[in-house]
Amino acid sequence: MLEQLEGSQAIARTVAACRPEVISAYPISPQTHIVEGLSDLVRAGDLAPCEYLMVESEFGAMSACIGASAAGARAYTATASQGLLYMAEALYNASGLGLPIVMTLANRAIGAPINIWNDHSDAMSQRDSGWIQLYAETNQEAADLHVQAFRLAERISLPVMVCMDGFILTHAYEEVDVPSPERVDAYLPPFEPRQVLDPDEPVTIGAMVGPEAFTEVRYLMHAKQLEALDLIPSIAGEFESAFGRRSGGLVRGYRIEDAETVVIALGSVLGTIEEVVDELREQGVRIGALAIKCFRPWPSQEIRAALSDVGRVIVLEKAFAVGAGGIVGQNVRLALGGGARIHDVIGGLGGRPITRRSLRTLLEDVLADRLEPRLLHFLDLDHDVVERELERLRRGGRPGPHAENIVRELGIVAARPH
Amino acid sequence: MAEQPVKHYQVGTFVIGNRLLDPDQRSVQARMERSNTLTSGHRACRGCGEALGARYALDAAMRATGGSVIAANATGCLEVFSTPFPESSWQLPWIHSLFGNAPAVAAGMAAAMKAKGREEVRVVGQAGDGGTVDIGLACLSGMFERNDDVLFICYDNEGYMNTGVQRSGATPPAARTANTKPVGSEPGNAFGQGKSVPLIAMAHEIPYVATATVAELRDLEAKVERAMELRGARYIHAFVPCPLGWGSASEDTIKLARLAKETGLFPVFAAEGGEVTAVSKIRRRTPVVEYLRPQRRFAHLFRPEENREVIDRIQAGADRNIARFGLIDGEGSGDV
Ligand SMILES: Cc1ncc(C[n+]2csc(CCOP(=O)(O)OP(=O)(O)O)c2C)c(N)n1
Ligand code: SF4
Ligand SMILES: [Mg+2]
Repeated sequence: MLEQLEGSQAIARTVAACRPEVISAYPISPQTHIVEGLSDLVRAGDLAPCEYLMVESEFGAMSACIGASAAGARAYTATASQGLLYMAEALYNASGLGLPIVMTLANRAIGAPINIWNDHSDAMSQRDSGWIQLYAETNQEAADLHVQAFRLAERISLPVMVCMDGFILTHAYEEVDVPSPERVDAYLPPFEPRQVLDPDEPVTIGAMVGPEAFTEVRYLMHAKQLEALDLIPSIAGEFESAFGRRSGGLVRGYRIEDAETVVIALGSVLGTIEEVVDELREQGVRIGALAIKCFRPWPSQEIRAALSDVGRVIVLEKAFAVGAGGIVGQNVRLALGGGARIHDVIGGLGGRPITRRSLRTLLEDVLADRLEPRLLHFLDLDHDVVERELERLRRGGRPGPHAENIVRELGIVAARPH
Repeated sequence: MAEQPVKHYQVGTFVIGNRLLDPDQRSVQARMERSNTLTSGHRACRGCGEALGARYALDAAMRATGGSVIAANATGCLEVFSTPFPESSWQLPWIHSLFGNAPAVAAGMAAAMKAKGREEVRVVGQAGDGGTVDIGLACLSGMFERNDDVLFICYDNEGYMNTGVQRSGATPPAARTANTKPVGSEPGNAFGQGKSVPLIAMAHEIPYVATATVAELRDLEAKVERAMELRGARYIHAFVPCPLGWGSASEDTIKLARLAKETGLFPVFAAEGGEVTAVSKIRRRTPVVEYLRPQRRFAHLFRPEENREVIDRIQAGADRNIARFGLIDGEGSGDV
């Protein structure tokens, strides 16, 4: 049944339908409404049996999920940004222990400068943590991905992160058909791990593994992720049969059949991209878009197949490797090999809107060969501001905090001493 | 003639042999059916107080619960010496996750048992002093504050032994460690403000807090048994000498643990709901030098000449404990 509701509420109710037995979370914008919603459901007795732990930190949140999952309970948490970094050590631990924890990541920038708005720096910072990363384009898809995530995680014994754009999705009200508990029950089998902490069969978990077996453990983690490349489409297919709609999968093309130019992106920005694609198509430009729904594991073959006849690729990403370049772009290069011309464009950092207008200007520049493909391009960058600060440094200027240096260069200084 | 109460008293050890006790008062270790939770073959150093304490504590917990215990262990000596993959010395369900998160992992395990309706399965979390008083303190305090159904045991050997004997928040003043060497004008660890996690635990008013040493293992067992009678967050801080880190003889582990108590340096007590309920009195008051001298970590206090000033400061700390905890009748208020 379609309902008009906030994205976070849709996620809370969908997660509840997946019957987690332990939820452990720590508040951070823009994840808060999700965990508040779940707390309501647990307290009201609408989600039972379930223990909700109000932990003292994200490190504690992920650690409690680790304990719960190892003890055989379906465990869930949600976080964003600084919270994800605060649990980084436990993220690697959960994946290394093969614990199928599911987490919502309400994507948000990482400070400093502190910024609560959306980009993908948080998720990208943990791309090598061994977690599977799925990206939602809409709230409907975000909800559906959680149901699929539990199934995938428990099937393959790896944790799964469902990434949804903070505020843009979490706080947006739109129509969502929240998966009902009955249907989820039919789709998602109970969690029955092979080894749990149980006095009836005492096992040791988390022993110290030396050089003689460490490579094998890491290899298994990798091999399981690669197997997920087969599983994810089949789990999405079964989801479609059970729920009557397509959600998830590895990649999704939009008007790419005869496209010469394709824009690649992750998450909610695909909506805007598709509108601009439509506009350009009307003018006869052979352009399309490719949504990457699963970033880890990296669907290399699917991307290569989707882009086999494409001459030009624009990777629009909301995070980058400082001092190196695009992250998704680098992965796309890996998938495509030498063939296509690949433009890396960074946009939407710290919540800066990616508008139709700037996107259109960007694409027109690319189409007219006005954009140097070897350079990392920043959408809507204020060149004056950065040039002023760079020039100051070149003149031998003294160090200082970036943001505050900008302000100082403009002649605005801090409060006077009293 | 009035009956005289029997005094079980052996000069020097203050410990009575099991044979003199009623069978049901005997140590868990004296029973055929002990569970050997930490069984032989592990790689602890000879005379390791932590291995001894962990075996007694967990076997007591197993006995108290009919073998229904699952454990979370922090990184540290206890974890490393017991589980060189693919071997394990643990004969109870056991997980190691990270250095600083054992209290939270244990809380998650307890939550899982509650959600599954298996509350007869009891959870023990354990860590060294580093994993408890330093890096694990936030998770531990959260676990206390929520009153999660976990018994947490700290095996305090007063330093980061696993990484090569560096100082921790529980390292005593003046002690030599790998990063507080006896060099400079104030040799050894600095005199700080100290950090008593038992008192911090009591400030949370959790159901049970106790301290114990491996010199009085029956007392440690009794405290674990008491802890397992209760629900909610419980904390036991066990004093476990480390021959390697302290530079003491392997055979002196028990002696040093006893001296730590008899000098007043390590007060042994129990508290329920934030109030002290029992204090182990000092049997024969001993000056701190007797405790300090056999340990190479304090050697610089005696060579080239005795450093009276520092020793007096350490003695003053012990005397303060004696007064504060009422470790000797008639000395001090005893109101912690
Ligand atoms: C986050 C993190 N920091 C540091 C370490 C390194 N480390 C492992 S064990 C340990 C010290 C353990 O000390 P303690 O908890 O007192 O246990 P002990 O070995 O003394 O029994 C340290 C510093 C680590 N494993 N993880
Ligand atoms: S270093 Fe100390 S704590 Fe570690 S095993 Fe040896 S004696 Fe035990
Ligand atoms: Mg220690």
